[in-house]
Amino acid sequence: MGRKTRILLLIASLMLIVSYFVPVWKVLLDAPQYPEGLGLQIWLHTITGDNPNDLNKINNLNHYIGMKVIEPDAIAELKLMPYLIGLMILGGLLIAWRGGRRWLYLWVALFVLLGIAGMTDFYLWEYDYGHNLDMENAIIKVPGMNYQPPLLGSKKLLNFTAFSFPAVGGWMIIGAVLLGTAGACLEWKAARQPEVVEK
Amino acid sequence: MINVSLIKKRLGLILFAGAVIFALVIACSTPQQLGTATDDAAAKVYVAPGSYDEFYGFFSGGFSGQVTVYGLPSGRLFRVIPVFSQNPENGYGYTEESKQLMMTSHGFIPWDDAHHPELSQSDGVPDGRWLFINANNTPRIARIDLSTFETDNIIEIPNSGGNHASPFITPNSEYVVASTRFSLPIPQKDVPIAEYKQHFKGTISFIKPDVDGHMELAFQIMVPGYDYDLSHSGKGPSYGWSFFTCYNTEQANTLLEVNASRNDKDFIAAVNWKLAEQAIAEGNYTTMNTEFYRNYIDHDSRIAHSERKSEVRVLDPQKVPGLVYYLPTPKSPHGVDVDPSGEYIVAGGKLATVIPVHSFSKMIKAIETKQFEGEVDGIPILKYEAVMAGEVQNPGLGPLHTEFDGKGYAYTSAFISSEIVKWKLGTWEVVDRVPCYYSIGHLMIPGGDSKKPWGKYVVAMNKITKDRYLPTGPELAHSAQLFDISGDKMKLLLDFPTLGEPHYAQGIPAEILMKNSVKIYPLEKNQHPYAVKSEKEARVERQGKAVHIYMTTIRTHFVPDNIEGVKVGDKVYFHTTNLEQDWDTPHGLAVQGANTSEILIMPGDTKTLIWEPKKPGVFPFYCTDFCSALHQEMQGYIRVSPANSNIQISYNGR
Repeated sequence: MGRKTRILLLIASLMLIVSYFVPVWKVLLDAPQYPEGLGLQIWLHTITGDNPNDLNKINNLNHYIGMKVIEPDAIAELKLMPYLIGLMILGGLLIAWRGGRRWLYLWVALFVLLGIAGMTDFYLWEYDYGHNLDMENAIIKVPGMNYQPPLLGSKKLLNFTAFSFPAVGGWMIIGAVLLGTAGACLEWKAARQPEVVEK
Repeated sequence: MINVSLIKKRLGLILFAGAVIFALVIACSTPQQLGTATDDAAAKVYVAPGSYDEFYGFFSGGFSGQVTVYGLPSGRLFRVIPVFSQNPENGYGYTEESKQLMMTSHGFIPWDDAHHPELSQSDGVPDGRWLFINANNTPRIARIDLSTFETDNIIEIPNSGGNHASPFITPNSEYVVASTRFSLPIPQKDVPIAEYKQHFKGTISFIKPDVDGHMELAFQIMVPGYDYDLSHSGKGPSYGWSFFTCYNTEQANTLLEVNASRNDKDFIAAVNWKLAEQAIAEGNYTTMNTEFYRNYIDHDSRIAHSERKSEVRVLDPQKVPGLVYYLPTPKSPHGVDVDPSGEYIVAGGKLATVIPVHSFSKMIKAIETKQFEGEVDGIPILKYEAVMAGEVQNPGLGPLHTEFDGKGYAYTSAFISSEIVKWKLGTWEVVDRVPCYYSIGHLMIPGGDSKKPWGKYVVAMNKITKDRYLPTGPELAHSAQLFDISGDKMKLLLDFPTLGEPHYAQGIPAEILMKNSVKIYPLEKNQHPYAVKSEKEARVERQGKAVHIYMTTIRTHFVPDNIEGVKVGDKVYFHTTNLEQDWDTPHGLAVQGANTSEILIMPGDTKTLIWEPKKPGVFPFYCTDFCSALHQEMQGYIRVSPANSNIQISYNGR
């Protein structure tokens, strides 16, 4: 495995370490009554408010439409994610150290699958919160309305406009995937032109 | 005879017509003279929607007992801070958490007359931490926390009457001062009023603004029984001194209007408070028995506590030479103001035809060379010529107060001639004058009594309003006027109505205060003994005839909202915690038949309303502050049974 690839993989692993210490995703809510802003930060291991108390405020607002209370401790994915990313870091560092082209391909493939699975899970989670409403106790009932936040981009939800986008940690993960892929491409090229390298 | 009376009538008509023509000529030729603003005034006071004013202005409420907060230059009223008067709007002075702030040696007092707001200072410059204000009638000083805009301390001043020269502050907020506008028998005793000269004394008090978080009376100085009127502290070279005007050196006890205006000169008392500190440290004082209250909000529980105090340390100028000097000052001086450099001490001789200005350096020299012209009770009287720096000639009639712009100019209010007079420090020449509508009392430049004034505007606080606004019956709002002082000439920009009677005011750049403003009280820090942190803890408990409701509010309901088992003769405490942690989400609580005001509870705070039901039935309670789309649904019922009923306490908790 080339020196360049090893460096790329090392950087990718370090970027993944950074993702532990910053939010991965943000869902921001904009409404006239919240000039100071309102939103959620999704971390690898928890969900917090974008400002102190925002999670409480959002849960309190959600009781009007019968939405479930967001309890970070009850979300299983948030318990799993730190380990999955941890495995990726470990694998990345090992491959950067020991080499192994095929291992690198596997690492990238796994990572892409993990990303797809993560986004799918996030979508399903949003779908569940947005659709499975407690209509018995909901105060505001709009026929046909659901409150699923956007996966990416913005969406109007009653008086709020919701924005959903990757935060610093998310960009770190995306960057790590791209660096890994770049490394894999380099290796792929190198493997296909062995004569050139020998010359 | 008929002809003569006819001429007399016509004469009256001619005179009247003449007056009208004269007024019209004046009106057409000099619009400024009639208090009209210049063309660009609107743009200068316009604060566009969503934008902020440049300055906060804190105005005393006078007989309202409160402080009002205005934006400058817009003149918009933002808030009334309740201080000495009960405020049914939010329950201040009614709730169990605030009542104790109003305790005095005369019992609970729900009102006072608040005159002089004073911002805390660091190195002689307003720092935005606190605002202090005096109570004139039952002598007290209050402290307002400028992160919450709430009164958190009120200390009573013993051995005092008419606490007017107060609470002027020293440059590093070491002390705020108090004194007797009305001298009294000290200690109080039953004596003939005519024996004033024999029995009546004055006191000058120094209060520490912050000892373990609360105000404390440090010491009092016993002074001759004059009327001590206003004060300001020295700064720069005069740091360590405070100056107090006094009138009625005649010691009259009746018809002061005439009897206290006889002497050609009264005094400014110069008090060396650094020397006073030294005398206290050396034990050169007496401890006097007295009675006063020290009330403060406990920072954890946010409940007011009262402490009765029974002793005060008293200094006698006869035993501490050099503690006090008298500077002769013409004709019943009122204001005393120290310029930003700390060298000039400007007096407002309210019946004088000049503004006398004393020099601090000359005063020190006169003390060193003993240029005395007499002595009263151990207090040397310095020679007027030896301390005088200059006199401002033709300063308007009835000069009262002076503020400074930090650019070498002084601005003096003249009550009788109803104008602001601008003059130059050092040359004492008048450079500009502008009329006020009508009869200005105090005036205020943001930071204008400090070392570094923000000399952009001056606000005139006028005593007479008459035709300035739409009429509202015999009782009118006092008027304030804002002038632009950024150029050579003062320009009238704006008239705005005020609440109560603003005497003095203070101004500070908004950027200093804004960043410290508290938005909510964190629920986890709430240590009120009756607070509940979640709906699950909400409950009702009976203790004999007392029923304690641990109630919560959050949009848009109370927990509990159905309460039964209360009986006639019970005392019901609605301890209400607002569980909201969102900015600007107060809830209110009112109960039918409560013999008190509503309560308004800020996010994360706990307030208590007492309700004493007098007849059986079911009574509603509800939220008084429109809180959400379902505010109208935020209600509950409390059932009251006869005194001999066996119904047990029950409620719907969570």
